[in-house]
Amino acid sequence: MENLNEIVAEAQSEINLAESPGNLDQVRVKYLGKKGLVTGLLKSLGKLTAEERPKAGAVINEAKVALQEKLEEKKRQLEQSEMNEALAAQSVDVTLPGRRREQGGLHPVTRTLERIENYFFSLGFDSVTGPEIVDDYHNFEALNIPDHHPARAMHDTFYFNPNSVLRTHTSSVQVKEMKVTPPPMRIICPGRVYRCDSDLTHTPMFNQIEGLMVDENVSFAELKGIIEGFLQDFFEKESAVRFRPSYFPFTEPSAEVDIQCVMCGGKGCRVCSHTGWIEVLGCGMVHPNVFKHAGIDSERYTGLAFGMGVDRLSMLRYGINDLRLFFENDLNFLRQFN
Amino acid sequence: MQFSEQWLREWVNPSADSQELVERLTMAGLEVDSVNPVAGEFSNVFVAEVISTKPHPDADKLSLCQVSVGGEELLQIVCGAPNVREGLKIPCAVVGAVLPGSFKIKKAKLRGQASFGMLCSEEELGLADSADGLMELPGDAPVGQNIRDYLHLDDSIIDVDLTPNRGDCLSMSGLAREVGVLTSAAVTEPEIEPLSATHQETFPVNVVDPSVCPRYVGRVIKNIDNKAITPLWMVENLRRGGIRSIDPVVDVTNYVLLELGQPMHAFSLDTLSESLYVRLSEKGEQLTLIDGQEIKLDDGTPLIADANGPLAMAGVMGGASSSVGSDTKNIFLESAYFNPIVIAGKARQYGLHTDSSHRFERGVDYQLQRKALERASRLLLDIAGGEPGPLVEVLNKDELPSTCFITLRSARVARVLGFHIESEEIEGILGRLGLSFDSESEGVWRVQTLSYRFDINIEADLIEELGRVHGYPRIPTRMPQAILNPVLRLESDLSVSRIKRNLVEQGYQEAITYSFVDPDLQSLFQDNSNALRLLNPISSDLSEMRTSLWPGLIKALQYNYNRQHDRIRLFEVGTCFVPEQGGISEQQKVSGVILGSKQDESWTGDTTPVDFFDVKGDVENLLGLVSTQAVFQFSSTDHPALHPGQCAKITKNNTCVGVLGALHPKLCKSLQLDGPIYLFELQLSEVSEGAIPYYTEISRFPGVRRDIALLLDEAQPSGDVISAIKEQSCGLLRDVRIFDVYGGKGVQEGHKSIAVSLYLQHVERTLGEDEVTEFVDGVLEKLKKEFNATLRE
Repeated sequence: MENLNEIVAEAQSEINLAESPGNLDQVRVKYLGKKGLVTGLLKSLGKLTAEERPKAGAVINEAKVALQEKLEEKKRQLEQSEMNEALAAQSVDVTLPGRRREQGGLHPVTRTLERIENYFFSLGFDSVTGPEIVDDYHNFEALNIPDHHPARAMHDTFYFNPNSVLRTHTSSVQVKEMKVTPPPMRIICPGRVYRCDSDLTHTPMFNQIEGLMVDENVSFAELKGIIEGFLQDFFEKESAVRFRPSYFPFTEPSAEVDIQCVMCGGKGCRVCSHTGWIEVLGCGMVHPNVFKHAGIDSERYTGLAFGMGVDRLSMLRYGINDLRLFFENDLNFLRQFN
Repeated sequence: MQFSEQWLREWVNPSADSQELVERLTMAGLEVDSVNPVAGEFSNVFVAEVISTKPHPDADKLSLCQVSVGGEELLQIVCGAPNVREGLKIPCAVVGAVLPGSFKIKKAKLRGQASFGMLCSEEELGLADSADGLMELPGDAPVGQNIRDYLHLDDSIIDVDLTPNRGDCLSMSGLAREVGVLTSAAVTEPEIEPLSATHQETFPVNVVDPSVCPRYVGRVIKNIDNKAITPLWMVENLRRGGIRSIDPVVDVTNYVLLELGQPMHAFSLDTLSESLYVRLSEKGEQLTLIDGQEIKLDDGTPLIADANGPLAMAGVMGGASSSVGSDTKNIFLESAYFNPIVIAGKARQYGLHTDSSHRFERGVDYQLQRKALERASRLLLDIAGGEPGPLVEVLNKDELPSTCFITLRSARVARVLGFHIESEEIEGILGRLGLSFDSESEGVWRVQTLSYRFDINIEADLIEELGRVHGYPRIPTRMPQAILNPVLRLESDLSVSRIKRNLVEQGYQEAITYSFVDPDLQSLFQDNSNALRLLNPISSDLSEMRTSLWPGLIKALQYNYNRQHDRIRLFEVGTCFVPEQGGISEQQKVSGVILGSKQDESWTGDTTPVDFFDVKGDVENLLGLVSTQAVFQFSSTDHPALHPGQCAKITKNNTCVGVLGALHPKLCKSLQLDGPIYLFELQLSEVSEGAIPYYTEISRFPGVRRDIALLLDEAQPSGDVISAIKEQSCGLLRDVRIFDVYGGKGVQEGHKSIAVSLYLQHVERTLGEDEVTEFVDGVLEKLKKEFNATLRE
């Protein structure tokens, strides 16, 4: 009994020295295990008298509880530091780039095309496509461009034979659609078109969207409304728009539409040839002869039509200064639109 | 069409200044391309005369000139121009003058000789882009007059880009008429009086084909002096209109072309034989044009000919044999109306385009010919003298166009333009346009067409004119009202956009390549003997329609590869033009190409190059979008452009819908690309129907995995084995996967081992061991029977 204090002191010092939970458990077994020293003392209580026993028991129990607490505390400490070490070992450089699968991207023309389509979809237009090789009738004749019409010279056409050409506009699709769909109709026709022309500002292939709305009450005023709305939507700002009389064989009246130069805000720069205006599309009211070819009663119906170069709009929207970039497919160019 | 603003203002002089005038024209559909000053900015340049010249004592190429600029004293000026000579009148910049480019003229010493000014060329005054020597002024130029006043240089050249319907504006009179309409300013026309003939000589004209030339007017003029000097005002108006002065006859015909819009031609009378014939050419006839070009004619080209053969291509260009020169004394002057439909395209057919053909194709006023001939005769007589004969006219009224009447309805105007124009304004605009009309009833007019407006024939043409003159900016702007018909959209529609995005997510960059390719490149990919070729390609490397997207994509890959990109993934969606029996079929395809490592280079260090299963995985992901109804199967195949051992076709219901594989190493070599390169191509139409999900019961019971290793013949496609296992499903097999393929040590030669895991699960109960074993045994038995597969111990 007299050595309790010694045992406790020894135990405490061993607890303090323990370096791992395993170590610590050995200490626990040594003192508090079934055959432990403190357990031994408790067992030896039997040798004492009945009067001495409760007092001595209480003292030993007290010491035991104190040691248990001490052990618990030490255990927590050791576990904590072990966790801390593990955490420290597992730390990473969070600034290293993540492991991922690189994304590609859409061509800027596709991006632009989808933006244009979305505006017209929101107005209930449907998208229609058609063949790229067409006959003379669908590319010219049905659009009021008879043989030898001077306007044919405006379309530098690629020929396969005298009656088979690469379409010079997607209007050819509209002709077919008007023949099969009774009015009212609202369609856009996106697609590749071709002109035999190649220089700084022309590529022999380019992308176009044409639109057509045929109904009983569409007029030049609605044409202006749709087009102005589109341009504001596309450029996401209210810039000045002007409708300038022009000539297309398939519409009458016809207009070319200019917007205030998006580069200089109308002050005049290289992009707008110092005029402050940029031509962005052509439009007009469907010519009665086109309706005649399509079998639509031009007294009952009127139609508005428009056509625009997707590549050109893309250039203006994204500040691209060379049309040819679109078809070189340089990754350093394409990736700028991802 | 370019013209002098000053000249226009002699015809019509609105209060609008130059800038406003240009704006009005542009906003009326006559788009002004440019406005340029006639001369550069300069001051203190005068008409001067060279009184004497002598060589510079110390310089071979310089002269010492005594020059009069109208003052009492002569100026000594050192000049290096080759054409300087005594008596010559020239522009002279005196000391204190400032020439274009802020070039100041000061007193100077040139090789020791004092010089008090500079004699100028057209280039130095900004009148021309280049000049060979001094600008020579006419002998009657008044010495001492400011050159700006003398040459009327405070003027601009306006260039209008006319649309093909406005042939009526290809002349000063037409432009003036248009400006009058737009500004309500009065238009003054020159007075044109018929000449009285001083002799009766004529030259016979036979119009063989009146549909070519409904009206031919001509006159003989004798004894002209074609060495006379064309007056400065005419030379300048021509120059500002873009035409060089040649001699009086040519200048006068060109002047009338610019002034009235009537192309004219003068024949040297003494070269003509018997009679003129207006007829169509016969194949093989020959004609040497004024510019020396020898033309072999096709049949059906309108000609002016005489008894000896073709003299001129009618309405296009004259011939050399009958052309007028400085010694010509007697001429036959032609002023004709050629039918636009007959003339159209003829010039282009021979690669020609002239001021004359440009106008005839668009339509020349068919009532103008007499007036133009009288005008030209008068001008020529004033300049070069001569004796006019009587005017002769060959007219075929039936072939000549005529005016007609159009009914114009105010209500229709409102429907097309979208707003109501008051009758008063409509009548006002019609009147200004020169149209005569009468009112049929309230808001309905009967309008007579005009001989010079080939673009006004129907009501819509009049409505356009009303809108244009009223002004597009003043037409209201509003959104349409329409019935809300929904556009049908099927959930199963697999849009092109969705397909593109799938590939983008897999790392592909979209390319757009030309639809026409180099036939030599295309031939590397497949037999292109039937591919469609353009008749008139831009160049030979853009001359054949693509039958596959691969040539274009490989070209794009090559472009980037040569610019230091070593990891490339590109795709394109587009039309291919595939030769088929009976023609060309336009097929939409989606294709891709990959090269380089699986991953972008990174600190993680994975630089494994792509292989067949990367491109196949990408394709499988793409096909994963497609309806589950469709079963795609891959089987090995051969393709001229692909590696024979790494090439698969994709079939759907036994139809080939695509192909993928490694670019053949010999192609890599000839294209100078370091492979391997993998490609795929699919028919877009076969991947256009997407999957609509349908729920199947989820099992609440645990599943079981059983792994089996099978020994198979080396050449046995594992896809067949998997298909066979799936057939055996019995409603238990949830999934089956190959998790290892092994050949070599430990496996019998000519064989391979594939390890397959079977995932079994039942919807209604936990599977018993017996059931599982029975299933696996069944599978093994089937595989043994079908593929001679054994279990690898």
